[in-house]
Amino acid sequence: MRYILKKALSMALTLIVVSFCVFLAFSLIPGDPVTRMFGTEATPELLAQYREKMGLNAPLIVRYFRWASAFVQGDLGTSYNYKIPVAGMIAEKIPITLTLAIMSFVIMVVVSIPLGIYTAKYENGLIDHIVSSLNQIIMAIPPFFSGILLTFFFGVVIKIFTPGGFVSYTKDVSEFLKYLILPAFAIALPKAAMATKLLRGSVIEEAGKDYTRTAYSRGNTTNAVLYLHVLKNAMIPVVTFMGMALADMVAGSIVIEQVFGIPGISRILLTSINNRDYPVVEAIIMGIAIMVLVVNFLVDIIYRIIDPRIEAGK
Amino acid sequence: MKQNFGDSGTVTSDIYITYQMGNTMNNNVILDVTDLHIEFHDHDKPETVVEDFDLMLEAGEIVGIVGESGSGKSMSALAIAGLLKRHALTKKGKIMFDGTDLLTCDRKTLRSYQGDEISMIFQEPMTSLNPVKKIGWQVEESLRIHHKEMDKAERKRRALKMLEAVGLNDLERPYDKYPHQLSGGQRQRVMIAAAMIAEPRILIADEPTTALDVTIQAQIVELLRKMNREKGTAIIFISHDLSLIRQICSRVIVMQNGNIVETGNVEEIFKRPSMNYTRKLIAAIPQIDLD
Amino acid sequence: MKRFLALFKKNTATGRRNTYLILGMAITGVVLLMVIIGIFYTPYSPTKMDSSAKLQGMSLKHLMGTDNMGRDVFSRVLYGSRITLAIATFTILLGAGVGTVIGALTGYFGGIADEITMRIVDAMLAFPSILLSLVFVSLFGTGTYQVAVALGISFVPSFARIVRSEFLRCKNMDYVEVAKLQGVSSLRIIFVHILPNTVEVLLSSVMIGFNNAVLAEAGLSFLGIGAQPPYASLGNMLSDAQGYLFNKPSYVISIGVVIVLMVLGFSFLGEGIKRISS
Repeated sequence: MRYILKKALSMALTLIVVSFCVFLAFSLIPGDPVTRMFGTEATPELLAQYREKMGLNAPLIVRYFRWASAFVQGDLGTSYNYKIPVAGMIAEKIPITLTLAIMSFVIMVVVSIPLGIYTAKYENGLIDHIVSSLNQIIMAIPPFFSGILLTFFFGVVIKIFTPGGFVSYTKDVSEFLKYLILPAFAIALPKAAMATKLLRGSVIEEAGKDYTRTAYSRGNTTNAVLYLHVLKNAMIPVVTFMGMALADMVAGSIVIEQVFGIPGISRILLTSINNRDYPVVEAIIMGIAIMVLVVNFLVDIIYRIIDPRIEAGK
Repeated sequence: MKQNFGDSGTVTSDIYITYQMGNTMNNNVILDVTDLHIEFHDHDKPETVVEDFDLMLEAGEIVGIVGESGSGKSMSALAIAGLLKRHALTKKGKIMFDGTDLLTCDRKTLRSYQGDEISMIFQEPMTSLNPVKKIGWQVEESLRIHHKEMDKAERKRRALKMLEAVGLNDLERPYDKYPHQLSGGQRQRVMIAAAMIAEPRILIADEPTTALDVTIQAQIVELLRKMNREKGTAIIFISHDLSLIRQICSRVIVMQNGNIVETGNVEEIFKRPSMNYTRKLIAAIPQIDLD
Repeated sequence: MKRFLALFKKNTATGRRNTYLILGMAITGVVLLMVIIGIFYTPYSPTKMDSSAKLQGMSLKHLMGTDNMGRDVFSRVLYGSRITLAIATFTILLGAGVGTVIGALTGYFGGIADEITMRIVDAMLAFPSILLSLVFVSLFGTGTYQVAVALGISFVPSFARIVRSEFLRCKNMDYVEVAKLQGVSSLRIIFVHILPNTVEVLLSSVMIGFNNAVLAEAGLSFLGIGAQPPYASLGNMLSDAQGYLFNKPSYVISIGVVIVLMVLGFSFLGEGIKRISS
């Protein structure tokens, strides 16, 4: 319990630091929001009036606290381009991106754990050689290209996938999920390859440790040694990797959404970056940052569950 | 604790009694190893690590195997425990236990003995326990594997009793602790508890005290003798340290380069070592250990 | 350089073939050769349009066919690979250069500066690199140079971490102690005595870094951030080609395969070097 509290506290602290950095970075950009709001029709009086009204003359730290407390209350600012609240713009997009990332994560876990165990168990066997070589190649295929290849194969060759046939979750959840399967695979493939390779190596390393000999000496079968003794130890580095992979997948879905024409946060983020619509970019980045930190926090807790050696102090 | 120290004061007489017990009360051979050969094939040329190894173990006796590192003593022990890895080596000879040749029997039969009839403890208490499993779980494991009829509560009862028997009762809730929370000596006690819980007929102790400091060493040796006395478990005690062997064993086998160079009663060998090698081993003992 | 060559000698001495290294060198060699040739000669001008030859398939005339504007894809790929590789090289130079200096100084001196720097580095490492680059791109603006700098900065933390841990390992070794006793200055110890000893680790990280930089650059330019028209890196081209997946799959696939080969070459090299030095 003390461990969880400690980790939560450290997460909150990091969040404050990160949010301040993000806020600071976007405050340093030349050209303030008021100038951008009015564009060419701005007069100096109007600008000054609005600056005062929006509190832009206050010291940085005060503005940060205003921004942060507004953020916590769900006020993510107003888009320069669309003049509407950012929160509304991204609220219905987040579930799409998040679903995609979580689906990819599930695929990675489901594929890599059995494969990693199998290839480690039959080290240097035929399947191990095939999987290991394939892994090496899959790791080199960027998700956006594997996305295109998957679209080509399933959409053109065997015709069971309709490219661009995205259905929103508000209309039909199962169609929505069905459409996300291929994109999720595209994101998951390289990560699954890495996780398989990592788990394989980790299982092989753990299997050579003294405690497995002890386990055999008690009459355990090879499978019992593998599943009851080795696996939990071998999962420790894999959990770290998978936590980082989940964060990567959230970011990776930004690219894949473009490939598959999925209207997630990617499109808004990219247009906002191109249009320098900073409040939107800022809000999305903060959103992803929060997700990353929460994932890290969860990984820490899972870590603590599987590895008792991690003490509350560290 | 107090009793332990009292005991170690009368080392020789105690050994004598154990030895006598082994000979008079239980004159049946439980393990008969003949002509054991082990060859490694890791490199181009096969390398013989054990040659013509013979060992007869009677119920309840403690036999020592002594030798320098690389003398083949650990390999012989691992072979008896059925723990030699299957590939990259050949084994010849016979390891007869209960009418079964452990060297040639199928793995299932071998497993049915491992942990139940033949147990083993190792040199490295720090790494021989699974770091992510609770002590209780590890101590109970042999019961879980070999005595499926036993329920959870009964297993736990026995584990707790065993933890107490190995002197871990001063620890707060040892059952729920993890290995890293224990010292090296405590971990070796856990190893002994886990090895003894199914009350095996043979316990193989491969340098069980080498990684521990001297006072802990004495306690572990005393604990092994207690197990031998109370449960009648025969022990094969492997060490490079003849003085330790002398404290605990009745008979000793001296090994060098994979061969048995001398075998017989410990005291006899101490008084009249026939081989130069044995003399060297005796000479290597610090003088204070000799009486 | 001598140490670098020694890597290959060790390889032949053990008699074990290092397939990864050989494959990596072969693939990277071919890619580099093409890029170098592309500087001096391309079969067609990468920007020359030919309305009579739109979206042609592979032929001897057009090795990878033509695109929707009748431009020769092979020539464009040669050109695009150069841009991708140039940005990746810049990224690594910036990332490895700054990262090495930060890692070396913090690792050697330690103290509060080290603590603070490593906190920031860890915080940055927790974030996906594509996201970090997007943050920097949104600050600097889009464009070839901006993307190169953004990528470079986002690669600094990982190099800083690696070099720092190498310095922590080396700084208490005998040869450093001897140099200290001889009164060699700290900076000289850092860069002349210790740094050369981290070369194996650094080299393998640089190769893996290249692999990641090519992937990141291709990803960003695929999103339309990065090299702007008329320049095109492989990512832009792939994104353009995606629209013709159904009528001319060879167009997309040939570009994608070039990206994969480039990444594969570097990742094999990294893996190969790692295997020698361990």
